[in-house]
Amino acid sequence: MSVTAFLTDSTLCIGCKACEVACKEWNGVTEDGLDWSGYSYDNTGAVGASTWRHVKFVENAPEPGLGGNAPDMNSWAFSSDVCKHCEEAGCLEACPTGSIVRTEFGGVFVQPDVCNGCSYCVVACPFGVVARNEKDGRAFKCTFCYDRQKEGLTPACAKACPTESIKFGEIDDLRLRAQERLKELHARGMDDARMYDPTDTSVKGTHAFFIVRGDPRSYNLPPKPEVPTIYLKDGWKSSALGAGMLLAGSLIAFLASARGSNGHSSKTLRNGRG
Amino acid sequence: MSTLPENRDRVPGVSEARLAEIRREAESRGVIKAEGIRPPGAPFPKASVETGYYGIPLLKQPQWKWEVPLYFFVGGAAGSAAVISSMAQWVGRDPELARDARLVAATGAVVSTGLLISDLGRPARFLNMLRVFKAQSPMSLGAWTLAAFGTFSGAAAFAQFAADYFGSAPVRILGNIAQAFSTAFALPFHNYTGVLIGATAIPVWNENIKMLPLHFGMSGVNAGVSILELLGHDRCGALNTLGIAASAVETFEGIHIESNRNPVIEPLKHGATGWATRVGGVLSGPVPLALRLISAFTKSRNVRRAASWSSIAGSLITRYAWMEAGKASARNWRLPLETPEKAARKEQGRVGQEFEHIKEQAS
Repeated sequence: MSVTAFLTDSTLCIGCKACEVACKEWNGVTEDGLDWSGYSYDNTGAVGASTWRHVKFVENAPEPGLGGNAPDMNSWAFSSDVCKHCEEAGCLEACPTGSIVRTEFGGVFVQPDVCNGCSYCVVACPFGVVARNEKDGRAFKCTFCYDRQKEGLTPACAKACPTESIKFGEIDDLRLRAQERLKELHARGMDDARMYDPTDTSVKGTHAFFIVRGDPRSYNLPPKPEVPTIYLKDGWKSSALGAGMLLAGSLIAFLASARGSNGHSSKTLRNGRG
Repeated sequence: MSTLPENRDRVPGVSEARLAEIRREAESRGVIKAEGIRPPGAPFPKASVETGYYGIPLLKQPQWKWEVPLYFFVGGAAGSAAVISSMAQWVGRDPELARDARLVAATGAVVSTGLLISDLGRPARFLNMLRVFKAQSPMSLGAWTLAAFGTFSGAAAFAQFAADYFGSAPVRILGNIAQAFSTAFALPFHNYTGVLIGATAIPVWNENIKMLPLHFGMSGVNAGVSILELLGHDRCGALNTLGIAASAVETFEGIHIESNRNPVIEPLKHGATGWATRVGGVLSGPVPLALRLISAFTKSRNVRRAASWSSIAGSLITRYAWMEAGKASARNWRLPLETPEKAARKEQGRVGQEFEHIKEQAS
């Protein structure tokens, strides 16, 4: 089986949210409210337990011409967000039940029949993707359409995307296609087009990379996502120091009082209740 | 065309044809012809490097409920009590204290387990925690450590009762062996919760990874000592000495937090979470330190009891303060995006002007 990935090209996204709809319908994900946010057309907000695809609406000042819009309207950039399926995944490392596994396609999958809802993965994800569904009790996120991939099918979101902004394929092939696409965009004058795929941090790259225009931070994509296991060494050192201090401290305290009590009344030691 | 896998959760009628239909519908109708809905108060700050994505937090807040900080408190106290018990028995020659400390450790282990199970989204699946062993997951190590600590501390306490009533030497020896193992597991158990929250993506927690385990551990020692004192061991000099040491470390940790100017630790210094941290720090640091030093000289039991109550309250408040600080830290979208606050304020003003300009043009 080949290792697969998503390439989400925001320069092709028209903000139709077909990916959100297709994902919810295919995976039977519950609805998460129908409130107007006031944040452009984004009434979804963020990916979470009941949102596995999320279209972001990044509004910019009017920009007539290439990649822009009519002069009296804001220019828009859209980008469909999803679980990044990190190479070094914080959620997978943190999961104490072994519910979260790496599939044969390279994706990160939460096995719903194993998860016991400890919610440690929630604080371990540097992208804020996985969350516990409080009604159900278990943690959920994008499955990378593991069921469909097993049958050789394209994930539902990529299948439903009308502009092929969401591309799905073999990971190395997609990375090459992304570079070609960037060259093409740059040649057409979109100098601010760039790839978001944090390979230089401890997450060591993802299985869902993005072509965005401008700074990825305006799409809520962190510049330096880190897998929390990098903090373990310092943490256990401090833990060992603390354990040593408890052991040494209590040893000294009881040695001192045992010695001191030889000359005194044993009352201080023995008759604590007296 | 291969057949589709069985999926009982799937909405009836969802098929490949339905996905194609969604795609066709999006193609024909997915064209935006007007500006978005603008509720009262709009326009909001736009999405940009300086303003973030509408200020929507990137990270998810910890979803742990009230049980988890309480577990941190109980676990810390229970682990410390197990170590104190062994020292009282084999070094201090204080069998009464050793017996009570064994009881506190075993009770704490049972309560800890209950709290952890109660917080699970699927409590019936708590045994899945022992399905695998993962050294890289503090939650996994913690579950295993609790299981071992609970077993041995329980066995030690049970053997204590049995030996007290029937006075059997073999039971006493088995109890002591269990107590030795209980102590070995108590050492990581009393402070691993600091590693647990420190090795996460939450900025205020991972920023303090080097101090959190020591801090949480000493908070637990403080609480463990105080609980034993309130159970009647308020004349034990060794407990007071240990309490003085723990309070001194906690005082140092408080100073460390207050003197840290890194904006990442803001939730520990400002707002409600900042005050909670401060109150917790004062109650478990300088207050019991002073009271214990006074009681060491005056031998006043009331002063000693005041120190105990202060330490317990301080330790408890400290755990909840760190949890709430973590939530506040996750809500701060600027941290993971590395956007300084000053730039954001400036940009918000600029964006507002731009929108005014756009509105004028449109009208």
